[in-house]
Order: sequence, then C-alpha cells, then structure tokens
Amino acid sequence: MSNAEAHTQAHHEHHETFVSKYIFSMDHKMISRQFLLTAVVMGVVGMMLSILFRLQLGYDGESFAILNTLLGDKWAPGGVLDKNMYLALVTIHGTIMVFFVLTGGLSGTFSNLLIPLQIGARDMASGFLNMLSYWFFFISAMIMLLSLFLEGGPASGGWTIYPPLSALPQAMPGSGAGMTWWLVSMGIFVVSSLLGSLNYIVTILNLRVKGMKMTRLPLTMWAFLITAIIGVLSFPVLLSAVVLLIMDRTMGTAFYLSDIIIAGEVLEATGGSPILYEHLFWFLGHPEVYIVLIPALGITSEVISTNARKPIFGYRAMIGSLCAIGFLSFIVWGHHMFVSGMSPFLGSVFVFTTLLIAIPSAVKAFNYLTTLWKGNIVFTPAMLFSIGLVSTFISGGLTGIILADSALDIAVHDTYFVVGHFHIVMGMSAIFGMFAGVYHWFPKLFGRMMNTKLGYVHFWMTIIGGYGVFFPMHFLGLAGAPRRYYSYSDYPIFENLVDLNQFVTFFAIFGGVAQLVFLYNFIYSSLFGQKAVENPWKSNTLEWTTPVEHIHGNWPGAIPEVYRWPYDYSKPGIEEDFVPQNIPLAPGEEEH
Amino acid sequence: MMRILAVLIIAMVVIAIAQLSRIHELSKKIRNKREEDISDNANRFNAGLMLVSMFVYFGFVIWQMVVWGPLMLPEAASEHGASIDNLWTFNWIILLPVFFITHILLFYFSYKYYYKKGKKAYYYPHNNKLEFIWTIVPSVVLAVIIIFGLITWNKIQVTTDENPLKIELYAKQFDWTARYTGNDNVLGGVNYLLVSGTNPLGIMTESTIDEKEAEYIAEIEKLEASLAEVMPDDKREEVEHKIQMFHRFVSRIIDFRTGSNDLTTGSDDKIVKGELHLPIGKEVEFTIRAQDVIHSAFMPHFRMQMNAVPGEITRFVMKPTISTEEMRVKLDNPDFNYILLCNKICGAAHYNMQMNVIVESQADYDQWISEQKVFIAETAVENISKETPIADLK
Repeated sequence: MSNAEAHTQAHHEHHETFVSKYIFSMDHKMISRQFLLTAVVMGVVGMMLSILFRLQLGYDGESFAILNTLLGDKWAPGGVLDKNMYLALVTIHGTIMVFFVLTGGLSGTFSNLLIPLQIGARDMASGFLNMLSYWFFFISAMIMLLSLFLEGGPASGGWTIYPPLSALPQAMPGSGAGMTWWLVSMGIFVVSSLLGSLNYIVTILNLRVKGMKMTRLPLTMWAFLITAIIGVLSFPVLLSAVVLLIMDRTMGTAFYLSDIIIAGEVLEATGGSPILYEHLFWFLGHPEVYIVLIPALGITSEVISTNARKPIFGYRAMIGSLCAIGFLSFIVWGHHMFVSGMSPFLGSVFVFTTLLIAIPSAVKAFNYLTTLWKGNIVFTPAMLFSIGLVSTFISGGLTGIILADSALDIAVHDTYFVVGHFHIVMGMSAIFGMFAGVYHWFPKLFGRMMNTKLGYVHFWMTIIGGYGVFFPMHFLGLAGAPRRYYSYSDYPIFENLVDLNQFVTFFAIFGGVAQLVFLYNFIYSSLFGQKAVENPWKSNTLEWTTPVEHIHGNWPGAIPEVYRWPYDYSKPGIEEDFVPQNIPLAPGEEEH
Repeated sequence: MMRILAVLIIAMVVIAIAQLSRIHELSKKIRNKREEDISDNANRFNAGLMLVSMFVYFGFVIWQMVVWGPLMLPEAASEHGASIDNLWTFNWIILLPVFFITHILLFYFSYKYYYKKGKKAYYYPHNNKLEFIWTIVPSVVLAVIIIFGLITWNKIQVTTDENPLKIELYAKQFDWTARYTGNDNVLGGVNYLLVSGTNPLGIMTESTIDEKEAEYIAEIEKLEASLAEVMPDDKREEVEHKIQMFHRFVSRIIDFRTGSNDLTTGSDDKIVKGELHLPIGKEVEFTIRAQDVIHSAFMPHFRMQMNAVPGEITRFVMKPTISTEEMRVKLDNPDFNYILLCNKICGAAHYNMQMNVIVESQADYDQWISEQKVFIAETAVENISKETPIADLK
C-alpha cells in the first residue's frame, strides 16, 4: 500500500460516524447490505400479499379471520377479500417482486458487493452516486409500501398498469391516488436503477486491477455488466411511458386516450393510443425479464463451477450467449402484444426474434450440464439452489418457446399458463439465483456462515413448494382460466378447477413457511453465526482474498494482481483443486 | 384467548428452535466442525435426494397429466382452432423429450458426481466441437418450430369466405354487447360521441346524429342559462369550459354528415345482449371495440382471443365447426355452453364479464336473428315508451 493510500484509509476510519457508516454510507459493501435487507423486507411483504390472494383463489368467498385482521373491515369485510383489494394485492405483489426484489434487490445487492471485490477495485467508481442509488431505491420502496394504506387502496391495474384503466380515476378505485403513488415510486426507482447501472458499467470497464482482462472476468461480472447495459438502455423508456401517463392523468393530454366514455362521462380526447403505452412499457418490460434473470445466471455460473470443483464449461460461449441474450432482449417485446391487434406481419417478426433467444439459452443450459458432468460436487446450500435454477430455467424456458409462438399464444395469452411460465422463470429461477448468492456470499456480506442444515431444509422445501404452486398453473391455463380473476365460481366451465386451485394455495402456504426457515437462518446467522474464514468455499475469485472484517478500500495492502482466469479448478498437474486468480502461472503452465 | 395462546405457542416454538440451533452451534464448535465443511454424509444424502427428485418430479408431472388432463379444454370448436391444436401437439412432441432428457442428465449428474475425497474433477474447460453441435442442433429444431408456427399463424389470418358474416363485439365495464348487420351484411359506421341511452354503440345514422346534436345543444342552453345564477368563480369556469367542450362536440357531430360516412347502413343493425349466436360452418368476422378501458374478447373453446382497445377497431376471423348441441354430447354435459370472457384486467368486476355463445344450425340461427329487433325500430319504440310517462304527467 502506498503511503497516500494508507493515509486516505486512516483518514476515513477516523472520521466515521454512525450515520456515515451505517446510513449514508458510500462503501459498496454496506450499500450492498442495505439493498439486501430492503429486498428481504420487500420480499416478505410480496410473498405475504400473494398468500392473501391465494386464500381467496383457493377458497372463494370463504371467511378467513386473518384477512380481516390484516386488511380491516374495509378491504376484507367479514374475512372475505374485497374485489378491488384482490386486484390491488395482485398488482403490488407483481410490482414488488419484479422491481424491488428481483431488480433492485438482486442486482443492487450483488453488483454492489461483487463488482469492486471481483475486479480488484477499492470501491465503486462513484461512491456518492452509489449511495444516492440506494436511497432513491429506498424512498421508492417506501412510497410503494405506504401506498398500501391509501384510502382508495394502492394501484390495482396489474403490474403493467395499462391505460386507459390506469389513466382514469373513474375506472377503478386503485386508479386514483394509488396510481399516482405507483407512478411516482416507479419514476424514482428508474433514477435509482440508472445511477446504479451507470456506476456498475463504469466500474467494470475502468477499475479492473492489473491483469484482469475482460477475458479473465468471472462470469458474474459479465452478467452484471450486461444487465447494467440493458438497464441503462431500457429503463429510460419506462420513464417516458410513466411521464406521458402522468401527463394524461393530470394535464389533460391524450397520448394514450381516445374515444372514451367512462362512468357516463364523455371524454374529449381522441387520437391517442393505449397501444403506444404497451409498446413503451414492453420495450422496458421484456429486457427487464433479463435484467432479472441474467444476474441469477451469472451467480449460478460462479457457484456451479466452484462447487463442482471444475471450470465452467465453455467460458467464451457463456459470455457470447449472455451478449446474445442481452441484444435479442431488445427486439422481442412485441410477443407480449400478439393479441393487441398488432399487425400479423409484425407478429411474425416477433415470433422469429423471440424464438432466437432460445438458442443462447439452450447453450447456457447445456454448458451447465457439462460443467456438472464428471465434477466433484460439493452440496452447499448455494449449490443446491444453483442446480435448482438449472432445472427451473429448463422447465420455464420450454414453456417460453410455446408462448413465443403467436398462434399458440392466442389460446393461452393472459391465462394461468403464462402465470405459471413466468413464475417458474422469475419466481423460481431468478429467486433461486438470489438465494444461491446469499448463501454463497454470506461470509463476505456478514463475516459469518449461514447454517448449512437449515439451508438444506430451506432448499428442499422451496423447490417442492415452488413446483407445487407453479407447475399446476399450466393446467389451469390450458383449461382456459384467465389470470387476474377474483373468482371462477360464476363459470360452469371452471367448476372442476376448485381442487386444482386449492392444491396451488396449499403449496403457496407451504412455500411461504419454507421462507421462514430462511429468514430465521438469515437473521440468526448474521448475528450469531459461526465466524467465517477468508476463503470458505476454496474459490478462485478475488473477493476471497480480502479480510473477513470489512475495511475501507477492501484490501489492507496492495490489490492482488491477476494472472489467470477464475476457473482453474482441479487443474491437472496442481495438487490443490483450486488456484486463485492472483497466483502467477507456474513456469510452463498454460492459461487454459 | 385463542389468539394469545397461539402467539404464546409460536413464541415458544421460535425460542425452542433458537435454543436448539444454539446447542447445535455449540456442539459443532466442540467437535470443531465448520459450516463450510460439507460432510460425506451430507453430500451423499443430497446426491441421493437429487436422484429421488428426478422420480418425484417426473412422477408429479405425469400424475398431473393423468389427474388434471381431463379438465383441459376440449378439442377446438373452430376451424383455425384445430390448426392451433395441431401446432400444440407438434410442439409438445418436440419439447417434452427435451424436458425429460435434460432433467435426467441434470439429476443424474448431480447424483453421480458428488464429492469424494481424494478424487479430482475432470478439467474440461471447453470443447469447440461440442459447443458447435449444441448451438446448431437447437437452431435447427427452433427453425422447424418457427416455420411451423409461422405457417399456422399466417394460415389463420386468411379469410376464406368472400363474404363472411360480420358481427361486432362491444366491450364496456362490465358487459358485452353484440351487433349484427341487417340483411345488407354491412355494419353501420360508429362514433363514440353518438353513444346514448337509446344508441348504446354510437351507430351513425341521420336520426342518431340529429338526436345527439339536439341533445348537446339543449345541454349547452341549459348550462348557459345556469351561468345567470350566482356561483363561485371556479364553478363558473368549469361550466364555461364544459360549454366550450359541448360546442366542439356539436361541430364534430355535424361533420359526420359530410365526408365519406355512410349513414344508411346502420339503421337495420341489430343490437343483442346476453347471448351471442353463431351459425355453424359459416365464417364470422368479428370487429371488436371498447368503450372505456382495454378489454379482451376471449373464447377459449374456439381458441379465439383479441383485445378490445378504446379508439381502435380490432378484428378476428373464425369459423365455428362444432355446434353447442354436438359439444354437449361430446362432453356428456347437457348444460355445457360456450363462453365469451373478458381477458384483460378492466376493473373490479373483470372476473365476471361474460356472455354465453350459442353455435347452432343455419336454420336455427336465421330464425333467431329474425326475432331480434332492428336498431332504429327499437330506438323508436324506446323513444315512445320514454315519452309516455312525461305525457302522463302533463
């Protein structure tokens, strides 16, 4: 460490107060923990909301004291969920899970923690922007949570908030103040996401330590880089969609409105198009799916390679397929709009581009399988979740191929088939990636170990719960059951789906209970868990060369130089089954 | 009391778990065991569970197919629906084997290659040939899927009948209205400004334009008269604003008389609520509109779905091939009915925006349609019935 560096470091530690260390911290490790804790809280709320509306779907019209206790007489009179509240719960559940848990939570936590540590940087390029990014995220999350307590209820037009439903307060109670709060929250969220993403990109491109070539970056870094690029290019489009919607709601513009009579009132607006909103929304919305999934894939690549004690198979192909997925994600959005009245020719184009995405996805899946083949697999909880991710990625990906086919989509668009598909991908794959990350990097986050046995219990219960909830949904969809329905009792054709719905509700509760095991393990271990050692998983990447106790600047001395790629596991001719990146090549040793 | 007891029990359970794990931690410390040291037993156990998972997962999938398969929608009751069903079968034939094979590999590898001390994993960073193969094979398979998908997609867009039956589906919170043509098989022009109690779909005819124009002019006069009263400034502004708007409505309505609008074809249209009747074997071109928010016309049995978007007209063409009676026999359910649902979230009662669909023989259909009232006649009748009570009052 140079004198100047040592000086800065001492300087920082000297002046650190409670506020600058724990609240307005600019240290990426603290910000990462802040993101994680916020995401865990949001995740608990999102999960609870889903159980509340699952009760109604499984036991239509039956009274549950818990609904009345939690929601009060207004939203659950006599313990039966109100129709408007049902839609509100569905909407906020989706919003929280997609944006606050899987975008802010997943990317925010692990990009922040791992980028400086794995590329060998003392911190993010801009600690200040990084701090702002978290606090915008926090404010946005609070606005979203508080909107649950508004007089007219929170936004309830579905997480996609299509106008005119979301533009007209007369259309439903949730389109009043609740929608305003949703839009404001989302606007702030976009700011947070942009600040974060810019920082991630700049840091990865500019602050790599000597020897850390782009082709020596761990796949997590590649994943976070591509995620950040997608975010920077797509979130502004959501912002413009939101701004235009706010203008339609408050300033009498008509970007999305045309020829409308609502609640007996004839609106003057003519010439706007709700389809414009759909295009803008899904121009973010589809890349968003990959913003959620790619970090999970990156984490999985790292965890599978480490715990199979074997290099990730096809490193360059993995990078190539990530880039291909990232690029293609921008030209597939129309597959959400096959039945919107869009030109059938345009539909064909989107069928083509969407199905192309299956190729890099298939390459990834095969590469994971080959990495496991002839490995020496250590079943840490993180490894279990990564294997679970591969299973769900395949299961959910295959139904994606069906939904990409416009002709098939006509039959199941907006039914439970779609709900099953994207929950297996986002609610299982992406969440599994997040869990894998938490179990794997917990020693880096909190300096302690999580309980392994409880981790096993958590994984096996979660995968049973997850498949128990989301697999049957495909059958509901194939039976024609539309999503976002409060009740199916008025339809003779859905009469015999009651058992199926109860089955789903049962497993939803089971899966919810499984998360209590995680929560307990998470909280207990972060406070009292076994103290971690420097490199518990015998891993190659640079973060495991930092001391367990967090220090400013990450490494007490000089940052270790990098001499090799991160996947030298079980390399022939070397006794240990791992060689960290900072070990120079032995004389005559080839890189890979 | 029960609640306090429940809380107490939960608290006790939490404390018990905490204590147990504390003991567990301590015993681990004594045995010098660390969390990251995964024991041989644990590895073997999880590897075993991976193998078990394979059977459980496959068993679960097959069990669902057996138990819930019969609850799925019956065969498509429309011509294009049958081609969609074929495409489904084709896709399943490709995708199910992929699902099973990849999962067998995943679970088997996870089971077979669990950690054994002293063993080293096979260092196998890449193999260009292998990677090439599994880029090309999925590409070829997907090309086949794309080609068959697009062939079907293009096929179902094509209208085969030269003069299909034209029916309009009109969605509003929270019901459906259907409009049939008269004998001319042409649906009259429409505009939302013409919607009124007697003209729920805003059909454009000389009389509806006159009526609506008169209505707005009357409204303007009433509002102007009200301006004579004393009222707060903001209220006055609001009224003035409304007057201006109604003036603009009037000029827009007057414009309907000029231009290319056909005002003659709408008068014989028939407006139907409650049930949608379709003749079997006749191609139907649905035009779909919405009054307030986006809705979606979804007829699952016909594999038909198309959004209803305010300000736009969307279309869907289909030909019913199985009558309601035939389907009742097939399903052995005398009460069965085809159904039209709303499949785009549209508000509180979205879940209950339905209409029964009856597919019947041409003769039955002709009989039924001849019994439906003609739009203008109906309007006239309603006008009379509306005026009568006022006359009585006088």
